[in-house]
Amino acid sequence: MREFAHVPGACPFLLPCRCLTRADMRWIGCRFVKPNGGVVPTPKILPCGDSALTVEFGSTIDPALNAMVLALDEIVRTRAPTGLIETVPTYRSLTIQFDPAVTDYDALVRLLDEETKDLAPRHSVGRRWRVPVVYGGAYGSDLEEVAEIHGLTPNQVIEIHSSAVYRIYMIGFLPGFTYLGGLDKRIATSRRVHPRAKIPAGTIMIGGEQAGIAPMDMPSGWHNLGLTPVRPYAPERDPVFLFAAGDEIVFEPVDESRWEAMEKAVRAGEPVAEEVRP
Amino acid sequence: MIDLVVKSCGPMTALQDRGRIGYQGFGVSPSGAMDRRALAMANTLVGNPPDMAAIEFVNLGGSFTAEGGDLRLAVAGAGVSASIDGTPVPLLTSFMLREGQTLDVGHPRTGTFAYLSVAGGLAVEPQLGSLSFHLRSRLGGLKGAPLKAGNHLPCRLEAQAGEPMQLTVDVVEETGPLRVMLGPQDDYFTPESIQLFLESEFTISPQADRMGFQLTGPKLEHAKGFNIVSDGIVDGHIQVPGSGQPIVLMRDRQTAGGYPKIATVISADLARFAQMRSGTKVRFRTVERDEAVAAARQLKDWIASLPSKLTPVRFDLTTEHLLSRNLIGGTVDALSSASHE
Repeated sequence: MREFAHVPGACPFLLPCRCLTRADMRWIGCRFVKPNGGVVPTPKILPCGDSALTVEFGSTIDPALNAMVLALDEIVRTRAPTGLIETVPTYRSLTIQFDPAVTDYDALVRLLDEETKDLAPRHSVGRRWRVPVVYGGAYGSDLEEVAEIHGLTPNQVIEIHSSAVYRIYMIGFLPGFTYLGGLDKRIATSRRVHPRAKIPAGTIMIGGEQAGIAPMDMPSGWHNLGLTPVRPYAPERDPVFLFAAGDEIVFEPVDESRWEAMEKAVRAGEPVAEEVRP
Repeated sequence: MIDLVVKSCGPMTALQDRGRIGYQGFGVSPSGAMDRRALAMANTLVGNPPDMAAIEFVNLGGSFTAEGGDLRLAVAGAGVSASIDGTPVPLLTSFMLREGQTLDVGHPRTGTFAYLSVAGGLAVEPQLGSLSFHLRSRLGGLKGAPLKAGNHLPCRLEAQAGEPMQLTVDVVEETGPLRVMLGPQDDYFTPESIQLFLESEFTISPQADRMGFQLTGPKLEHAKGFNIVSDGIVDGHIQVPGSGQPIVLMRDRQTAGGYPKIATVISADLARFAQMRSGTKVRFRTVERDEAVAAARQLKDWIASLPSKLTPVRFDLTTEHLLSRNLIGGTVDALSSASHE
């Protein structure tokens, strides 16, 4: 990564910069990075009322952007500026919520300025999880349809789905719902015309170029490929949340005959998802 | 232990406190009381910290009894009234519910949300650090559920001794347009749309709940589409989906979303907005950060000052006195809940 000096209000790369038009929006440093050979505009601070701000690193789904989001998240949580309430990392931005009555906003912005100057992307926290999945049949009612859409056999879809490494970009929508990137484009499938009002917890699903694991019974417009007994979220378990943003997930096809034993282990509070070496 | 027993209540009656802090990064909505001023008043009346969990009423009241002893209670918010075995309790006054008596909490009158606090709070196990009920996550409340007839809420025996207190608050409510700060995605809208947003009157639609209030009004045009890659959401964000009709996101909102957000209601105006009912007309005006922060500090100071505004109730509950208390209470209440523009 090459570093350039910050020139307030005058981006040397002439990137669209809103700080030129709005006093409340500013650049945090001026930076030129080439994660995938492209230009990543410098992070911007977007105001979210008096109690929050969003540091936006870009507007696309990109592992390099996400890595920077997570790096900054860790720094902000460690530095814990006065009045910090919590942080919400997403695909491409970090929302920082604080108590406006005690937080020095200018000092917070200065801290973000400073900390993003030499921000090292955090590509992964080093945890990779292997999640067992029973594919197809009653476990994944859309497997055959997805195969048909792409002119593949169900086994090919399983092979493609289970040989990718997925990155958890963010957790949101519901407690523990993982937004996974890394789905092979060969099986990317636009969402169902008729969403389902309820799919069971543990559903392994794909929607567009995204993949996910249902943490609880939930409504969904995605396609169900299989089912895992693993519970990403279990309020009575320690840890309550199994996965964190930045973790990686690989799916392991398992035979239906193993379902009962795995489910029993989950009920006993075991994670069943296994931490493996990348 | 003394139990507060639910005899009847509305379907959305549930426990709410400050909210569930620290889990939004794991997809858990903060939830929490919609009107933190009213929660603070009910709690202060019974000597609790202002953010402690209380029963939140949504549109409908309820009735309760005490089992195993007497309970010291208070209600506040949206002009809500209470009566014990048919005798009205003066507004903004704590009271004892004796074993065997029935407490009737009326429907919130001037708004949507009202609170019933018990001295010492409720001895219910929090989930992820909070008792706040969140419907979609099935978290908080009573094991992830709202209240229903027959529920027993354990209360702390040792906290029930104490005198009835009354609260005399002299807050003058803002009645002007709701104050907003533009952003985070105001650049997704045409300048004309932003002007339209700031100059038009919007109506709170019947689709208004703890997740968000749908507004109807002139269509706000997007300048560059209405899909963004999901980013973080905060209370008061005003998101505008493809319909061009804004939605103000409230405490049960999701943690992230994919619609551009034109502006954010400042934190000090959220409770006032929460108490506005469907059909209420609203306008918005932008403020600078300084004004928003000053308003947030003012609200915080006001909540912190509530205990100093308590005075013991030392009188026989004669009809005359009840009436005078009601008059004072009524005035105060109209000021503190003003839900009409």
